[in-house]
This record gives sequence, C-alpha cells and structure tokens, in this order.
Amino acid sequence: MTLWTTVLMASAFAFALKLLGYVVPHHALDGVVVSRVTAMLPVALLSALVAVQTFTAPGDGLTIDARAAGLAVAVTALLLRAPFLVVVILAAVTAATLRALGWG
Amino acid sequence: MPAPLSDQRRNEVLRQCLSVGVATGAYGISFGALSVAAGLSIWQTIALSALLFSGASQFAVVGIVAAGGAGAGAAAVATSSLLGARNGIYGLQMSRLLGVRGLRRIPAAQLTIDESTAVAIGQPEPAAQRLGFWGTGLAVYVLWNLTTLGGAVVGDALGNPQKYGLDAAAPAAFCALLWPRLRHGDARAVAAIAAVIALVVAPHAPAGIPVLVAALAAVVAGFFPPRTPPGRDGLAGPGSPPDQEATR
Repeated sequence: MTLWTTVLMASAFAFALKLLGYVVPHHALDGVVVSRVTAMLPVALLSALVAVQTFTAPGDGLTIDARAAGLAVAVTALLLRAPFLVVVILAAVTAATLRALGWG
Repeated sequence: MPAPLSDQRRNEVLRQCLSVGVATGAYGISFGALSVAAGLSIWQTIALSALLFSGASQFAVVGIVAAGGAGAGAAAVATSSLLGARNGIYGLQMSRLLGVRGLRRIPAAQLTIDESTAVAIGQPEPAAQRLGFWGTGLAVYVLWNLTTLGGAVVGDALGNPQKYGLDAAAPAAFCALLWPRLRHGDARAVAAIAAVIALVVAPHAPAGIPVLVAALAAVVAGFFPPRTPPGRDGLAGPGSPPDQEATR
C-alpha cells in the first residue's frame, strides 16, 4: 500500500465512522458494552503505541535508549500539568541531548 | 429552534470555542513536524489534517508508518480506524443535540471530534450546545490545519529526525493524548495490560500488529461491569474522554 493509499483510506474510514453516528437509528449503537469498548479502545491503543514506540526498535526487539529517558521526562511534565506542546518538546530535547552526549 | 442566547452567553461560549481551538492548534505543530519526520510528504501531512481530522488517529498513522514504512499501511489504517470508532459514538450524541438533517450532516460529521463534543455537552442550554459544537469544530479545524502546515514546513527544514529527538517526541505525544483518559482505575488497568501485550507481541510481529493485538484489552474490558460509578465523565458514557482540552 503506498503512502497516499494509506492516507486516503484512513481518511475515508475516519469520515465513515463519524457519519455513522448521524445516519444510524439512535438506538442502534446504544448499549453498555459498545459504549465501554469504544471508551476503552483509545486507552488501549494509545498505551500500546507509547510502549512500542519507546521500547522497541525495528529488527532489534526490546530496547532501552534515549527515548525511554524522553518518556520519563514527558510523564514528569504531565504530572506537573504541563501543556501538550511543552511535554512533547521536553521529551525531544531530552533524547536529543542524551544522543549528543553519546548515550542511546 | 432553541431559544436564542443572550449576548453575554454567546460571547462566553465563543471564547471557550476559541481557547479550545488555540490549545488544540498548538499540538498541530508537533503533528506536522512528526509526520514529515516519519517520511510523509508535506501534502500527505496536510491531507491527513484536512481529511482525516482526528488527532489521535493522525498521530497513529504517522507513528506506525515511521516504524514500519509504507508496508505497514494496512496496520496504520486499522489502528487509525479503531481509534476513530469513538467519533461514531460522539456523532450519535451530537445528532440528538444538533438536529441536523440532509447534507448538513456531512460538515457536522467531519467536525465531530473529542473537542467539539466536549464543549457542546458542557453547555446547559440547547442553543449554547449547538454554538459550542460548531464554534469549536470550526476553530479547531482552521487552527489545526494551519499549525499542521507550519509544523510540516519546519520539520521538513530540520531534516534528520533522530538528531532532534523527534522519535522520542512521538511516544510523548501519545502519552499526553492518553493522560486525561487515565482518571479511572479501570482505564489505568486497561492501559497497563495493553502496554504489556504490545511489548510481548512486538519482537514476533511486523510493525503495527502489536498495537492491534493490544486493542483486545479494550474489548475484553468492555464485557466487565465498570468498577467506577457511571456519570457524566464515568466510563459508562462514551463522552468520558473528551473534556481533556475544555477543562484545561
């Protein structure tokens, strides 16, 4: 699948899902299980993305490198209620600094 | 039609719309920069913000493409769509609130995201709910796309993503998106189990697949009764995550 195909297919599915809520009968998606699975999906997916993108490297299995330090700094910033952009920049600066010093 | 708003209430709601738009726009910069660092072109980055228009899904697409290249496209689309499923539930709530019919459902659907839903359901009266939805949706759409462009141009000029730690910025961005959803014990348990599943699967599967397998944690959790009492921001309501920006 080319990058453009990926971009356009992801966009088409995203729009179809949004529109679904406006066109299905109102009772169709009601239900405790549907609500709970839908609320939990972002939690599971985002957490898995954090784990995979911090602790794995392509072809290298599990690793701990400068990204782990970046994540630790990001979590600390979130605990201190820093805004989104500050969290992201602090993580990047941490990893970049450690690499410049020759670690990770 | 609902009763019209007083000037004072109208201004209050519009101020809220704009502040949510500005707060969200600020992380459009990081999206734009990460996207070009992942290997997408500036136009592909802009297309994601204009067409897909759902932050977490967009970050997922570029994150998975960054790790697995164009070959991980199917996994990227699947993860993006699972993340976007909640927008369908928001749409269901919003269609009751907005009373849109016919072709107006198309712009309403496109603007149905965490932030517009949160501001709308945060208003007590129907006219303010409608203004909150459209105002926030439009403010976020315009600012998100402008800042995406800015971030993409800057990211393109920076070059080598590792030198600037952009590969560490991606998990930090996911973490910041996850953070406001972890207020309940149930959510924290799901997050922990999903992370473990993903790391166990990761060494044995191509890029993107571990994250999809981890989504099973959410499906299993959905069949258990909630341990936290349902409420306006309880897990029993699909509106639980979106008040992240509105309350900041």
